[in-house]
Amino acid sequence: MDYLIILIKIVVVMGIQLLSCAILVYFERRIAGFIQNRLGPNRVGPQGILQPFADVLKLVLKEDITPTAANRTVHDLAPIISLAVAFSAYAVIPFGNTINLFGREIPLVIADINVGILYILALSSIGVYGITLSGWSSNNKYSLLGGMRSSAQMISYELPMGVSLLGVLLIAGTLRLGGIVAAQSGWHWNVFLQPLGFITFLVASFAETNRLPFDLPEAEPELVGGYHTEYSGLKFGAFFLAEYANMITAAGIITTFYLGGWQFPYLETFGLPAFWVSIIQVLSFVVKVVALLFFFIWVRWTIPRFRYDQLMNLGWKVMLPLALLNLLGTALWITLF
Amino acid sequence: MRERTTELKNGRTLPIRRKDLSVWQKAYIPEIVKGLTLTLRQMFRPKFTREYPEERWEPTGAFRGRPVLVSESGTERCVACGLCARVCPALAIFVQAEETSREKERRPKVFEIDMLRCIFCGFCEEVCPEEAIVMSKDFEVVFADRRKSIFEREKLLMPMEELMDRLDFLHRCR
Repeated sequence: MDYLIILIKIVVVMGIQLLSCAILVYFERRIAGFIQNRLGPNRVGPQGILQPFADVLKLVLKEDITPTAANRTVHDLAPIISLAVAFSAYAVIPFGNTINLFGREIPLVIADINVGILYILALSSIGVYGITLSGWSSNNKYSLLGGMRSSAQMISYELPMGVSLLGVLLIAGTLRLGGIVAAQSGWHWNVFLQPLGFITFLVASFAETNRLPFDLPEAEPELVGGYHTEYSGLKFGAFFLAEYANMITAAGIITTFYLGGWQFPYLETFGLPAFWVSIIQVLSFVVKVVALLFFFIWVRWTIPRFRYDQLMNLGWKVMLPLALLNLLGTALWITLF
Repeated sequence: MRERTTELKNGRTLPIRRKDLSVWQKAYIPEIVKGLTLTLRQMFRPKFTREYPEERWEPTGAFRGRPVLVSESGTERCVACGLCARVCPALAIFVQAEETSREKERRPKVFEIDMLRCIFCGFCEEVCPEEAIVMSKDFEVVFADRRKSIFEREKLLMPMEELMDRLDFLHRCR
């Protein structure tokens, strides 16, 4: 029975994630249009909401080309790694407290493992392999440059990311994501307790998801398409999907670590029935994630790309000291009070 | 603005003009917030998009659309002199003349424009001594078959009333 519940949760979460990727692509294009005083796609279905499905259909029907000089096995493997990592990182993120359905207390997380933070950091490191391998196996100089940039960028930004997470760890005292959310009850959200850590983590997760101010691995104007130059059809679609799945996961992670996860301040004082409390908590998680996703898109269409040396400067000379400062401040606060 | 210099390999020094940023600007985040508010404001501005099939655009007389034969009270003005066919850089026009009992004794028996070849340059209109072939406002030239790309006489004729904007423009500006 427990396995069945877990299976149902996996299916539901995966389904919602796939669907929200599609909707996210639509919103990305629509918001981009609005910011540039255009309308964006509005023809397929009401207000163009079916546009991503038309795009998927197009990708499925396209020819899947592998360059003759490419390393075929690795070329096929790379998008699978990217996609698998992007989806599996979501497994540990709690999207609600517990819900009482048919007389059972069901925790609203797929796997509440006790090393949640390590799991997420490990997976985001594996994610680099997908991009680097795709760049290397394409046997194309632009792809290779994209892959190399990606690995250098990830290494530089994983450090400030990890260090700013240490601040959260110090406050919560646990690596379990459920525990971290529980420690942020009321208004004790980490974003208010350590805004510096929040900013460094936010910027680092932009870099980790290859979103625009840091999308050097793709960098259309200089690298053609970066690591996915030589990909077409469904394999390109896999990279595309992985990028948006990564965005959703990153938004979920930021919500969990800094915006109180599913916490809705002082919800218990309203005296609602337990079922509705669970629903409101899930909704509060969803609203926070959607707001962050909008922020991701908004930033993409505002800030131009960094030059490579600027990226490295920012990562090592600004982000890392700031993250360390945040860690030091948090540690001092905890020892003194 | 503070003057800095750089030394080139041949020993010359060149000034570098670089703007000195204030501390506020160097902090970068306030500037990002400024940029973000700008883009957010743009989101609510009116859009420039014209939703084409529903919202149509009416060209002015200066627009060079599909070349047509002017039809004045039911008959064409064309006297089949063949100048348009001669001047056409894309060799899109084919004319074959015929005799009539009308005041102008010649008329085109065959007049064909291959719309796959036409480049809308308007030379035919410019060279025409009778003002018989002019560029219309029609920019929606659609066919689903190569054989249908050749527009013959009946299809090219357009009543003069519909071409007044273009004719006025030609009288004014030529």
